Order: sequence, then C-alpha cells, then structure tokens
Amino acid sequence: MNWNKVYGLSLRHFYLIKSSFPRILDLIYWPSIQIFLWGFISKFFTLSSSYYNNTVGVILSAAILYDFLFRSSISYNMMFLEEIWSRNFTNLFISPIKIKEIIAALTLTAIVRTLIGMVPAALLAIPLFGVSIFKIGLPLISLLLSLYIFGITLGLLVTSGLIRFGPSFENIAWASLFFLAPLGCIYYPIEILPQWLQIIAKILPLVHIFEEMRNILINDIISYTQILLAIAISIFYFMLGVVVFYISYAGAKIRGTLINVGE
Amino acid sequence: MKLEVKNLEKKFKNFTAVKNINFQIDNGHTLGVLGPNGCGKTTTIGMLLGLIKPSNGKILIDDENFENLNREKILSQFNFASPYVELPKKLTVKENLEIYGRLYGVKDLARRIQEVSDDLNLSIFLNKKTGELSSGQKNRVSLAKSLINNPKILFLDEPTASLDPDIGDFVRNYIEDYKSKNKVSILLASHNMKEVERLCDQVIMMKEGEIVDRGTCQSLIDKHGRNNLEDTFLKLARNKNELE
Repeated sequence: MNWNKVYGLSLRHFYLIKSSFPRILDLIYWPSIQIFLWGFISKFFTLSSSYYNNTVGVILSAAILYDFLFRSSISYNMMFLEEIWSRNFTNLFISPIKIKEIIAALTLTAIVRTLIGMVPAALLAIPLFGVSIFKIGLPLISLLLSLYIFGITLGLLVTSGLIRFGPSFENIAWASLFFLAPLGCIYYPIEILPQWLQIIAKILPLVHIFEEMRNILINDIISYTQILLAIAISIFYFMLGVVVFYISYAGAKIRGTLINVGE
Repeated sequence: MKLEVKNLEKKFKNFTAVKNINFQIDNGHTLGVLGPNGCGKTTTIGMLLGLIKPSNGKILIDDENFENLNREKILSQFNFASPYVELPKKLTVKENLEIYGRLYGVKDLARRIQEVSDDLNLSIFLNKKTGELSSGQKNRVSLAKSLINNPKILFLDEPTASLDPDIGDFVRNYIEDYKSKNKVSILLASHNMKEVERLCDQVIMMKEGEIVDRGTCQSLIDKHGRNNLEDTFLKLARNKNELE
C-alpha cells in the first residue's frame, strides 16, 4: 500500500469539498433536516407511546445512527460518481494506483465527508430536543464503526455495479440503502418483522446495531457480544464487497467498460 | 522504451473490435495510428493502457510480456492525453497536477509542476479552476498531466482536436521538442493528417479492426500514388479492395 497515492486520491476529494461552500452546506443540510424531522416525530412518540415512554431520544438516536450509515455509503458512492461525472475515470484507472489504494482512499475520505454532515446534526439535537447521541457512551464508537464498515460495504457494492454496468447503475446507488432499511429494524424492534424476515434481518449487522442501541438507551444494559457480532458481520460483508469489487473490475476489463466512462 | 504488439485481438461477444494486429514502437519513435471512427483505435489504446483485457495476443514492453510485469511499475512509465478524457473541472490546474503527480509517484513534485507549467505556458492560470479554461487551455493542461511523470511511452489521442490552428501548432511544436529532448516513445492517434506527417516516424492504417497498411508517411503516399497522406487515408478508408 502506497500511502502517498492514497493521500493523493484523497486530496482530490478534499480539494473538491474545500472548493465549494454550497457543497459543504449540502453535506450539513440533509442530516440537519433529518434531525429536525425525527426530532419532532420522536417528541410526539415519547409523549404518546408506552414503548418509548420515558426514553426520550431513542427514535432520534436511531435516526442519527441511520443517517450516519446512509451518509457514509452515499459519500463513498458520490466520490466514485464524481469521477464518472467529471470524465476523469480513464485518467484514474490508467494511473499506477492499485485497486486496494483506491478503496483505501475512498474509505478514508468518506469518513471526513460523513463527519462534516453528522457532527453538526448530532450537536444540533442536544439544544433543540435535549437528545445526545453521546449518552450511549463508549459503545457508541463500536456502533459507529460497525455502521461505517457496513456503509462502506454498500458503497463498494454499488461502485462495483458502476464499474460493471457503467453510469446506468447510478439509480441503484441511491436506492440501495432504502432497500435494506426495513430489514435494519432501525425504529422498531425485530419482533415486528414476520418470522422468516427476522432470519434474514439477523444476517445483517443493522439489526444488531439498532437492537443494541435500544438496549443501552431503554434498558441501560450493554451487550458486548451483540456489539462484537455486529462488527464481525460488517467486516465479513466488507471483505465480500472487496471481492465483488475486484471481480467487477476484472469483468469490466474484459467487457471494455472502463474506457470512456462518462455521463 | 520499446513497445511491441503481437497478434493482438479483442472480441466483445460476437464482435471483433481488433483483429490480430502487430506493430512496434521503437525507443524514441512515434507511431501514428490512423483509421476511420470505429476502426479499433480506442480499443487498441485501451488494451495498451491496461484498461481492456485482450482476448488474444501479447503486449511486450522492452521484450517483456505486459501481463507478467508489475502493473503499477509499468503504468508509472506510461501516460495518456485525450480531449475526450478530462480532469476534475472544479479543481484548479495546480491541484489536478499535484494529485496526478502524487498518483504517479513524482519526486520533487513542486519543481516538476513548475517545469511543465512553464513549458506549456500554464503558469498564469495554475490557480484557476480547470472547468473555467478554454478548450485550448484545457488541452494544454491535459498534456501537462500526461507529462507530469516524464513518461517513457506517451499515448496521445487526437491531441489537437478542436484547437485553433495557432494553439494546435503550439502543441505540435511542443510534442516535437519534448520528444527530441526526452527520447519518449509516442503512440499518436489522430485524424489530422498534417499532424501525423509532421510528428510520426511510422504509420499504421486501421480499418474494421485490422491493420490495412503501414509504413512511413511518404512511402504510403508513394505506394498509393496520391499527393498527400489525407488522400491516401481516404483511399484506404473507402476502398479496402483496392489494396488486395
């Protein structure tokens, strides 16, 4: 791994963010809107639901964590799409950068993009709704890590599709997270799902992350087994994502879809 | 650096884009690749740059098979410029050159950026966003990016397409000068026959994925009894049977 190259490719995206104030604003705007929306819904449920009674902020905390996942995945996809939109794809793939260096650069840069959006949103929730995600305590770091790895994995799978099928795969990039959201049990316990869907949900890390978050906030109990399981599942999918990316890259070279990829 | 292509072929399902082609670019020489649109030039360049996997045949770099060589090591000695491949528009010229300099592992990058900027008259707009430049300026930036690593083999796809005669002449002069000073091997794909006549030592003419003729510009003109390369190109492009 040549870190100077990883830094070089990361710079491309830092310069892009730095060059445009509207771009920074856009990164902050959507997570903040989510906080407003879910903040009011959360407030309503807290007052009207027995399940969420006296557990102010469970829904809002779930919304923040879900948005963290969403932003990390979208950030990854966006950076890859930027190369396609700017018709820079060929230049990138003929440069002497390894695929693992591209993955590393996108992974490292995606966290910066994600944090630019999520930190202000998480901080905003404290004075506005009296909800602090930081109440989860140290396990929050593990939950965020697991979400980030899974978010990047989804990004990897979508970019694999972009490499294999070209820009026509772009719509899938936007739809990918909404497809998994119902199975993630973000706002409701897993028992709500039919039995057969519960089995599928359990092979995803999301259900373990959000169940654990509720466990901590509602029952004040930390299950490290659940946290480690979530991280392990996320890492498994990440490794699978890397393999799929390499396969797509090899396939794209055979099909010739790497050349002249543009809008 | 010598580049040799042996029996290179590319099939996409039932369509053969490049059919069993052979050519060689000797160290410090320029090979022109001519042919009508869709003749297989881009696919050939794609294979040479490692973007497309050949179906058959070999690409040899200094007599070593490309497939057996370290991809990153070889690509660090190649570069490519084309008006159809752009650099990120929202980034300044300097930022783009810095990024590609890092990706190509260029040492003393600041000095190299200054050098190529001076050579190609980019210094005055180094801090301007690439997307705000005229097509002539963008073209020079693209050329600067392709030279940032002092490549041993340079691939140029229509380097002066859509440029006014003055800038086109500047770019051609620069390529000529750069080649004589740096002993770089160049593969030039172009539809500008005057450019090819001026820059290329050898030419291959492609049609429907095959090489239909080859030689120096003058030898081709003489062989086909035409007055210039453009007429020779038209003859070859329009009537393959005349060759047989």
